[in-house]
Amino acid sequence: MSRIASVFAQKKHTALIPYITVGYPSIETTLKIVPLLASSGCDIVELGVPFSDPLADGATIQRASYEALRQGVTPKVCLEVAQELRRQVEIPLVFMTYYNPVLKFGLEQFCSKCTEVGVDGLIIPDLPPEEGQELEQSTKKHGLDIIYLLSPASTEERISLVTSRSSGFIYLVSLTGVTGARAKLPQELEGFVARVRERTEKPLCVGFGVSTPEQARRIANVADGVIVGSRIIQLLDEDKSLKNVRFFTKSLREALL
Amino acid sequence: MREDKQLPDSHGYFEQFGGKFVPETLMPALGELEEAYQEAKRDSSFWVEFHSLSRDYTGRPTPLYFAERLTKYCGGAQIFIKREDLLHTGAHKINNALGQGLLARRMKKRRIIAETGAGQHGVATATICAKLGLDCIVYMGEEDVQRQALNVFRMKLLGAEVRPVSSGTRTLKDAINEAIRDWVTNVRNTYYLLGSVVGPHPYPVMVRDFQSIIGKEAREQILTQCGRLPDYIIACVGGGSNSIGIFHPFVNDKDVKFIGVEAAGKGIRTGKHAASLVAGTVGVLHGTKSYVLQDDAGQILGTRSISAGLDYPGVGPEHSYYKSTGRATYVAVDDKEALKAFQLLCQAEGIVPALEPAHAISYAVKIASSLDKEQIIVVNLSGHGDKDMDIIVKALGVKL
Repeated sequence: MSRIASVFAQKKHTALIPYITVGYPSIETTLKIVPLLASSGCDIVELGVPFSDPLADGATIQRASYEALRQGVTPKVCLEVAQELRRQVEIPLVFMTYYNPVLKFGLEQFCSKCTEVGVDGLIIPDLPPEEGQELEQSTKKHGLDIIYLLSPASTEERISLVTSRSSGFIYLVSLTGVTGARAKLPQELEGFVARVRERTEKPLCVGFGVSTPEQARRIANVADGVIVGSRIIQLLDEDKSLKNVRFFTKSLREALL
Repeated sequence: MREDKQLPDSHGYFEQFGGKFVPETLMPALGELEEAYQEAKRDSSFWVEFHSLSRDYTGRPTPLYFAERLTKYCGGAQIFIKREDLLHTGAHKINNALGQGLLARRMKKRRIIAETGAGQHGVATATICAKLGLDCIVYMGEEDVQRQALNVFRMKLLGAEVRPVSSGTRTLKDAINEAIRDWVTNVRNTYYLLGSVVGPHPYPVMVRDFQSIIGKEAREQILTQCGRLPDYIIACVGGGSNSIGIFHPFVNDKDVKFIGVEAAGKGIRTGKHAASLVAGTVGVLHGTKSYVLQDDAGQILGTRSISAGLDYPGVGPEHSYYKSTGRATYVAVDDKEALKAFQLLCQAEGIVPALEPAHAISYAVKIASSLDKEQIIVVNLSGHGDKDMDIIVKALGVKL
């Protein structure tokens, strides 16, 4: 069983999955914040490998990616950071990035490196399963999970396709839109999760727009995990000491118990 | 090259180039678009309307003009110019905007979004939206908003909302990112009217089909005027829609050589250029696998060209395919050469070209003198230079 699968197999609570951009605002911060997240009750951490043209991301993560790139954060640097983090934390680490940096690195080489340093899976929002076959050969070979996404706009046919091909968990995008904290999540959310649930036994995690413990609790009623990204980046901006991040994560954790 | 008629394949690939690398939210929308387009393509009434509006509204056919003085100046091959600059709104972009505008209306999508670089596609889209009574929002990089101020004003006059994009390099690439983000957000009621043969399938083939009207006309015209096909067709390549438009109807005429001219900006060696096919490598940008300008870590590079319309770090997948098979040759012309060709065409023929096709003119002039007088070159003059006057005034160091 993969490290990601075992998180959900334990079923102790709804999984809490924060996202951070590697190297934002600095590599040191990343090395500090991930152990902090792990010790505040997070179950999996998504490490954003920055890309110059993040077309699925809203303003917050765009800016974080841009800043990280300016500081020379490359996929190679991200692998080194992941390797360092693996020495400190037990929880699964998942890279979230776009297809081009992975393609340029070399699909086989990238997957081999990921496994070597202790990365457990990949989330690539501009890679639908139709285009993922080549990468899947390498993820399978190296025992990496590849997590595909579904959206409220997905048809029944596409739900079947994505649920059959995704491994580790399935990433349910809560709304039609880009990443970014939202005051309200769409009404249709529960119905959407139920539609997917009918077709798969794989764990379902909901992300995009999640920014409060109340929203997280609502998601926990229907899903197996909650993904929070932009709000954490915003808190990082507000308070570099990471106190706010720790407080926020704990409040999410409590909401999900 | 017979098999070219069947490309792209059902997954949107021209051999290894193309595809649909987009967020899940857009996958159903692309499927819906493809279906609607295939249906429209089979419906003769769709084409009747397209052709009648092309004639009565946008001004087709455009002339194929023998550039006699330019030919004499070069002292070699005969140069013919396909006058897309004479179209309504001053560039070939209106062909595609009309086709997709009609398709959007057919799909009952009343909110149209578009990206623009030089502003020509934005103006064309705003024009068609005004004509068809559709809402229009145009994304434009902040840098382009500044250097193409007149086109921004023109779009507003036509009733469009222009949204400046301040992310990334603040040019066409970022305008496309922002348009895609809008589409992901408003996918249910919005039609994305993409302006070139780039992006995910079915855009490259759909835009090609609408722009192919250029090459179909040119083929008939040259046969009527000269009784034979040309030896060379030369067109500028940014995303590559005017060039595919004139190339594609000749694709099976294997004696007709295609030359695509990219922007060498300040020179290929300086790194300040926009020559994806000449100096790029294979990557994925804006939903398609094709040649892109990127660094060793797979980050997309900024581009630099005197012409905003060529200032794009990617290129249509069909061009990458033509490059890989050798069907077309791709070269690059720098800012200075383009500016020289711009002035030459003004003075030799009384035609003011846009800076984009000035790149193609430059290369045509370069090779014409080395060819003999029997040979024929067709250059696609994709747009008019009025929009570039500010830039040219500045580049020539003139005080008005």
